[in-house]
Amino acid sequence: MSTSLDGFDLVTPASLEEALGLLASDPAARPFAGGTDLMVQLEAGRLRAGRYVNLWDLAELRGITESPESVAVGALTTYTDIRNADVLAREYPLLVRAAEETGGTATQNRGTIGGNIANASPAADTPPALLVYDAELELRSTAGTRRVPYTAFHTAYKQMILAPGEIISRIRLPRRTGWLDYYRKVGPRRAQAISKVCFAGSIAMSGDTVADVRIALGSVAPFVVRAVQAESVLRGKSINDEAIAAAERALRSEVAPIDDLRSTAEYRLRVASNLLREFLSHSQ
Amino acid sequence: MPDRRSVRLTCTLNGRRLSLDAHPMARLLDVLRQQAGLTGTKEGCGEGECGACSVLLNGRLANSCLTPFAHADRATIVTIEGIASGDDLHAVQEAFLECGGAQCGICTPGIVLAAVDLLERTPHPTEHDVRAALAGNLCRCTGYMRIFDSVLEACRRLSASRA
Ligand code: FES
Ligand code: FES
Repeated sequence: MSTSLDGFDLVTPASLEEALGLLASDPAARPFAGGTDLMVQLEAGRLRAGRYVNLWDLAELRGITESPESVAVGALTTYTDIRNADVLAREYPLLVRAAEETGGTATQNRGTIGGNIANASPAADTPPALLVYDAELELRSTAGTRRVPYTAFHTAYKQMILAPGEIISRIRLPRRTGWLDYYRKVGPRRAQAISKVCFAGSIAMSGDTVADVRIALGSVAPFVVRAVQAESVLRGKSINDEAIAAAERALRSEVAPIDDLRSTAEYRLRVASNLLREFLSHSQ
Repeated sequence: MPDRRSVRLTCTLNGRRLSLDAHPMARLLDVLRQQAGLTGTKEGCGEGECGACSVLLNGRLANSCLTPFAHADRATIVTIEGIASGDDLHAVQEAFLECGGAQCGICTPGIVLAAVDLLERTPHPTEHDVRAALAGNLCRCTGYMRIFDSVLEACRRLSASRA
């Protein structure tokens, strides 16, 4: 049975302009996209009452556009849209993998990438892929547009640098070549499960040394993290047992998994290390 | 502070245009069952995990428990009541009868819709495709094997009728 809707409102603006105006005029108002997270919170009695601004029909926030420097993904792009986008399959396969592993068809048809980022779950599947691809977020409000690197976006559990009245409008992925990608989500069941650990990695080799590397993980810290210390340990090295062990030590020092109902801190740490080892062994 | 309010929206529900009144954040599931009187759409979990509440919203599978009424505006919605044509069952429904794909039946409307959606997009699915397409639907009775058989049988029937 549905919960009481007293004190809740969902308004549907006709344009992005109007949506930003609504969000600016009511600092407590929050954006609403596909509803796959917010409706769950509403039903559980955990959603803050107040005004929600329905972004779902705003064409300005949809679509994937390509330029020579980057591929821009509209915030309302659904997981299904991501799965169907050839350019993402070709150049950003980890994002497509993450979309495939998020929920079932019904959730993939309605869940959006912008919503997945703004919901700020440490267990979300797409953010590790975005970190690995050096994504940049385009944020919009009535004050204008600014761009921030995604690495700087999450600041603490469920905290992010979005200003009041500001929404995520686009995710920009710089174009890249010569990288080898790796993604693995470990959960209780293959489909439709929240991850215990999600690992995304990408590596560029120059001969047998690591020219550059990106490593990002979900579910091992209060927010999705990039393992910058493990990355810097690896840069310029060739991949051998010694380098792998050093990277594992660095990784263990920069993640902070917890015990919760899905898993234990110790298990998560072990899995994170093993996934790093698997990623690096694949790259040898 | 916004107060209790309802909006009137028009949609096409199982081929009929109609207007409905509800709170814009009401669950489409409740509006269908209570306002439109279509109780074929079931509630299992109410949180997007079980698929019992699946409908086709603008031609795409959606969990109606997670869909706010506002998203029904000018939408085309198909529920389980809109799958058969009159007394003629859809091939998926016939296959479920034939293969024993339903037991208590709570999951069945959602699973039939997920199967119809799959066969529209992928007329010749592999068993893997069937399993992936039904990953968002939970069944507590059948153990799934007869459900997968039913979907593959429906696919054979549809191919035979097209040939
Ligand atoms: S009732 Fe909607 S997914 Fe379970
Ligand atoms: S037949 Fe009972 S839940 Fe599926």
